[in-house]
Amino acid sequence: MRPPTMDFALSDEQRLIRDTARDFARAEILPKAAELDKTGRWPSEIIEKMSALGFMGMAVPSEHGGAGLDALSYALAMEEISAACASCGVIMSVNNSLFCDPLLKFGTDAQKRDVLAPSARGEMLGCFGLTEPMSGSDAQTMVTSAEKKGDRWILNGAKNWITNGPHADHILVFAVSDRAGPRVKHTAFLVAKGTPGFTQNARDHKLGIHAAHSCTVFFEACEVPETAVVGNVGEGFKVAMATLDGGRIGIASQALGIAKAALETSIAYAKDRKSFGVPISQHQAIQFMLSDMATELDAARLLTWRAATMKDRGVRHSMESAEAKLYASEMCTRVAHKAIQIHGGYGYSTEFPVERHYRDARITEIYEGTSEIQRIVIAASLLRG
Amino acid sequence: MEFELNETQSMVQRAARDFATRVIRPQAAEIDRSERFPREILAELAGLGLLAVNVPESLGGAGAGAVAYALAMQEISAVCASTAVAMAVTNMVGEVIATFGTDTQKVEHCPRLADGTHTVGAFALSETGAGSDPGGMVTTARDEGDAWVLDGSKQWITSAAYAGVFVVWARTASQAERPGTRGISCFLVPGGTPGLTVGKAEDKMGIRGSNTAPLAFDACRIPKAALLGDLHGGFKIAMMALDGGRIGISSQAIGIARACLEESLSYAKDRRAFDRPIADYQAIQWKLADMKTELDAANLLALRAAWLKERGLPFSREASMAKVFATEAANRIANHAVQIHGGYGYIREFAAERHLRDARVTTIYEGTSEIQRVVIARSLLSG
Repeated sequence: MRPPTMDFALSDEQRLIRDTARDFARAEILPKAAELDKTGRWPSEIIEKMSALGFMGMAVPSEHGGAGLDALSYALAMEEISAACASCGVIMSVNNSLFCDPLLKFGTDAQKRDVLAPSARGEMLGCFGLTEPMSGSDAQTMVTSAEKKGDRWILNGAKNWITNGPHADHILVFAVSDRAGPRVKHTAFLVAKGTPGFTQNARDHKLGIHAAHSCTVFFEACEVPETAVVGNVGEGFKVAMATLDGGRIGIASQALGIAKAALETSIAYAKDRKSFGVPISQHQAIQFMLSDMATELDAARLLTWRAATMKDRGVRHSMESAEAKLYASEMCTRVAHKAIQIHGGYGYSTEFPVERHYRDARITEIYEGTSEIQRIVIAASLLRG
Repeated sequence: MEFELNETQSMVQRAARDFATRVIRPQAAEIDRSERFPREILAELAGLGLLAVNVPESLGGAGAGAVAYALAMQEISAVCASTAVAMAVTNMVGEVIATFGTDTQKVEHCPRLADGTHTVGAFALSETGAGSDPGGMVTTARDEGDAWVLDGSKQWITSAAYAGVFVVWARTASQAERPGTRGISCFLVPGGTPGLTVGKAEDKMGIRGSNTAPLAFDACRIPKAALLGDLHGGFKIAMMALDGGRIGISSQAIGIARACLEESLSYAKDRRAFDRPIADYQAIQWKLADMKTELDAANLLALRAAWLKERGLPFSREASMAKVFATEAANRIANHAVQIHGGYGYIREFAAERHLRDARVTTIYEGTSEIQRVVIARSLLSG
């Protein structure tokens, strides 16, 4: 093996993936993005096309139905798709990071054959159920339970904010399987849509990412076989945490895409719009906003690519993923905020995309671990070291 | 994409860290307090190759590259920002001469900068009335046939009282003839040249071990061969030097910030309040997490710029991004460090207050934050 040497360049393959994703996003998604946001329509035709490009299971090896690419390629594609439409970005992210990734890492051969492969090909869609109405960041307070009866597990409880939930064929759901010790133990289960006792309510109404549907799902005496267990019994928390480390790279990349779109739109607008006899891009007030937007975007991108590269090397990257997610998501909100400011009144109207970017940006600080949880992860790593 | 260091880079980093910890750290507080120019330390840095990290070996440098230089700067800055800025300017001067000098100029100065014969190098661009806008400079260089004659003054010259050689910018044409930056040339002036006087050292808020003084040129005669680069081509040299210099100052800021984080971590684990180490409180954890995240982001921006430079790729925008981000982050991080230390952060028993004072200059010299933003915006808008 070649000894390592610092290199900030993308490989030819990574550039190709990025360009493919960018061309596709511009041609097929961008023209529909405003309409998807306005109507909240589920973009099934776009998901189909993303599947054909291999974007629904990017980091899954080809023998399991995926595109066999690395985490950095996935981050690049996520950024491009999200730059056009953040809803499409998160639909893709959930299937890739929160569903395919844990099945690949922890699934049985049968689960890989029957569920992972079709999901990675985009023939089926997955979702991830960890959060509950009263339990988000703190998994110790989880109420959903799994009780063993003979060779069956009985699930009871509810999970909310389940992105892709209304359309998913399977959910990877976490439940408390052991309350005996001082800390509860969780187990992960794979549950198919249509399983008796597994239901859902109407979809959520949200500030942004309108086309990415989410809902609350319910388990009422929902029986699943032992073969539904993903990973080891009692080790569900480990599955969840390992999954979220990767998921955070996906959401960080989504934030990069939203911010990139907000910056590019702002540059174009600032060159075009005039005030006091010159394009507003000639005023330092505007230049300094653009400059800070670009600098923070690059900083976030480097943090994200570092985390993805570490994931590809098989190195532990919890702290680095948390840094990327924290910084990229908060950067995204700041950048979208400035984009609206640069656009003035037009930024506040739905005629320009930046108000959508602003609403879409806001979720990135919340899901897959709030900013507060990321800071806990980072501080804990620092203080351990 | 690869974020690991290669062997040369790790070696330079280790050597710099070891020397910084062993030799400089025990003196850093005293250097600051007594405003002592760290002459002996700089001589030892020369011995380690750290005064010419990115100067070719054929000219006496270490030839270790721009990334290794950035890493070395971080290490020295983490213990003593005063020593680090003298090191940074010397490296910059060596690189400028290696890049733009004639063979004679290179052979005369590069090895002397590298081995410490020159003590240090100095960079004389700013004037009392011309900083961010060098086109406004009034120092002149008059062609007298067999010599150039310099008249005027320069301001904020780092290491002025100790430098063996100065890179000096002066007008070689009037504003009417060649306005602004188009009439500026660059010269090499040895320290001690008759007609060159070093003024009284400034009394500064931070980097107090660094010597900063004005220069006066009074009919200062230098040979015709002292012209560096093309006649009237001085602005280009200044800009290229500053692009590289910005990586150096980014690295200085990163070093200071890293010291702030490390000292804050150890203080927070040790100091107790309400029966627990203050590290147990989210109020403190949040600061630590933000310090670490911004430090890592700054580091990646700076290393990216250094890597681009090393590859011979354009890096001006990236160096400005690194400079503005790293230096402003260093100020925020140093402020957090003082806050985490409480009263101890405000007194000289701990290093936090020195870090805060040292960090403050980084958003000003080698291009203010405002100039960096102008550079970045120009690049964005030209695309």
